[in-house]
Amino acid sequence: MTAQEVRLCGLLLQEHFGEVVEKMGTELLRSGALNLRALAHQTSTPLDLVKKSLCVLVQHGMCVFGPGRRGPGGPVEYTANCERILYMLRYPRYIYTAKSLYGDTGELVIEEILQRGQMTMSSTVRTVADRLTHSMEDGQSMEYSEVITAFTRLVETHFLQRCPPVDSMGTAGKASSGSSDASAVPQPARPETHPDCYLIPQVCGDEGIFWQVNFERFHLHFRHQSIISAVASKLDPTSSEIVRTMLRLSEVTTPANTAHTQALSANEIFRALPVSYNISRPILDQYLTLLVDDPMEFVSKTGDSGGGMYVVNLHRALANLARVTLESVVQERFGSRSARIFRLLLRKRHLEQKQVEDFAMIPAKEAKDMLYTLLSQNLVQLQEIPKTPDFAPSRTFYLYTVNQLPTARLLLHNCYKVHTHTHTTNTHHTHYIQRVWISTVVLFITLFVKVMCCVDVCVNFCVF
Amino acid sequence: MAGRGRGRGRGQLSFSIEAVGIGKGENLPPSTVQPTQLFPPLEHKPVPLQTSEEAEYMLALKQEFRGAMKTLPFYIRPAAPKKDVERYSDKYQSTEPSDNTIEWTPDWKRLPKELRIRTKRPPSDKNPVIPKESKKPRVNKEEIIRKLETLEKKEEEVSSDEEEGEKKKTEEEEAEGEEEYDEEEFEEETDYIMSYFDNGEEFGADSDDNMDEAIY
Repeated sequence: MTAQEVRLCGLLLQEHFGEVVEKMGTELLRSGALNLRALAHQTSTPLDLVKKSLCVLVQHGMCVFGPGRRGPGGPVEYTANCERILYMLRYPRYIYTAKSLYGDTGELVIEEILQRGQMTMSSTVRTVADRLTHSMEDGQSMEYSEVITAFTRLVETHFLQRCPPVDSMGTAGKASSGSSDASAVPQPARPETHPDCYLIPQVCGDEGIFWQVNFERFHLHFRHQSIISAVASKLDPTSSEIVRTMLRLSEVTTPANTAHTQALSANEIFRALPVSYNISRPILDQYLTLLVDDPMEFVSKTGDSGGGMYVVNLHRALANLARVTLESVVQERFGSRSARIFRLLLRKRHLEQKQVEDFAMIPAKEAKDMLYTLLSQNLVQLQEIPKTPDFAPSRTFYLYTVNQLPTARLLLHNCYKVHTHTHTTNTHHTHYIQRVWISTVVLFITLFVKVMCCVDVCVNFCVF
Repeated sequence: MAGRGRGRGRGQLSFSIEAVGIGKGENLPPSTVQPTQLFPPLEHKPVPLQTSEEAEYMLALKQEFRGAMKTLPFYIRPAAPKKDVERYSDKYQSTEPSDNTIEWTPDWKRLPKELRIRTKRPPSDKNPVIPKESKKPRVNKEEIIRKLETLEKKEEEVSSDEEEGEKKKTEEEEAEGEEEYDEEEFEEETDYIMSYFDNGEEFGADSDDNMDEAIY
């Protein structure tokens, strides 16, 4: 959690929940876990406001509470979750995805639950039906059953999940009936571990059963979408359809962060393909072979039973996509020759200055210049390999290298910084423009009044 | 070891420059003597923003979401700063809800007990103001309750007396309606005499002779 992320979280909290919650949130992010009194003292805010803000943060899942350092006897401690606050950036995307998958009803359900953090099924259904009825023509009204169907489908595909049960002290209830170690601190149960996580209750008697948006499922969906669009742009739409079918078949069964999906046989894929594409069995086999042979390694073959067992390599595909993104960033910022050097370093891992010049076929002076620019921007790192234990510079190899993961994280933080700055500039401009507008309007009004007075005087004069 | 070389000769570096790649006699770029510019000139212009329909829709969703969040009770505004002088209008203008209220009801079972904010019951107009619970022991509480009951009974008696008194007066003397008004005046505690206001009871009591004048 860097200072940049904390600043962005503060901005997001301020926009959505106001200044008080922003102060509480940033204090919690900076100081780690705090109890109520310490938080009130450090932010010099009245206790009631602190309590209200904490209620808001916990309601939206951005803050968790648990027994503190002194154990179950001591005061409850609150911890803010930076990642969860940053998910607020993606809310429009979640809502748009729900709309594209489940129509307007689904869109409104997700929007309501995102606005309120947690909701019971009955209150969601009621609110959404009312909103839809308002937007329809007179005389028509939205049936509750339609909204319930949309809600059920969202839960079945795991886009919504139940909130994990919590006991009043703050330790989340243990879902499993396994014996717990008396000395161990109880960990908050993840919502997935609860057996009834995706069970729909009766509409009438569902007090106390709250639903929240399952962000991980949405992220999985986005990852799949990016893989499918990458396949479509690299190969052709038919192969992207095949990959989409494979991913759809393994959506609910694959846990969130596995390296590949479950193995699917070619027969299964053939049966599940959409009919409109008219792909015959031999053509499907050809496409699958093409996908397997592609250097981006989207799909690989893991067996021969059932006409061939195929898996989608999620991790490898995403790593390749990240690498391609890095390369394109370098290309757009520094030009195609620097991009050539960058790609070279990615492929060859460690190279000396001389080798870079030779392999990239760029004259020495320019290659040096570009390498130093990349180095100063932290996209490329220097690795020292000493020949002698005293690291004397004349007797050390200096190798240029690219570390993909830190570089990707650096770019991500740059994006956060850009977001913060754009937002600040935007608010500044809005206020500036508002002030300018108001002063202009005032100016016009005074001028108008003056003109009218003059006209009045002239008219009177003419009358005389 | 690195310190020993210092001060012996200017221009002598601890490593050979060839190793870094700078050849002999080569033109080096001029050394910078000031910090870099705040906005250096951009050689490669950035790629234009995506303006697909999807992006526009998501932008609209974002604006709508932010607007909606400002109206929800989760948007907490700090308490309004106290004005310098207590104004008369403060009594009649409704100020923002005080710190003691929370505008939505979360499920208190899912939150730690210390976060629970008790809301004060609003005092009702007819009954006397409910006294605050004192921290005194129970005995005093019961005394207070007993006192309240006696007070209530007294009030009932007084009001029933007043009602009887009013009935008698209306039966006997209708002309002296002003005395009723006096009592009402005391009851309602306003600064104005009741006869100042026209209840509209006399409307229509005027004769209907002047039909050519419009009746408003």
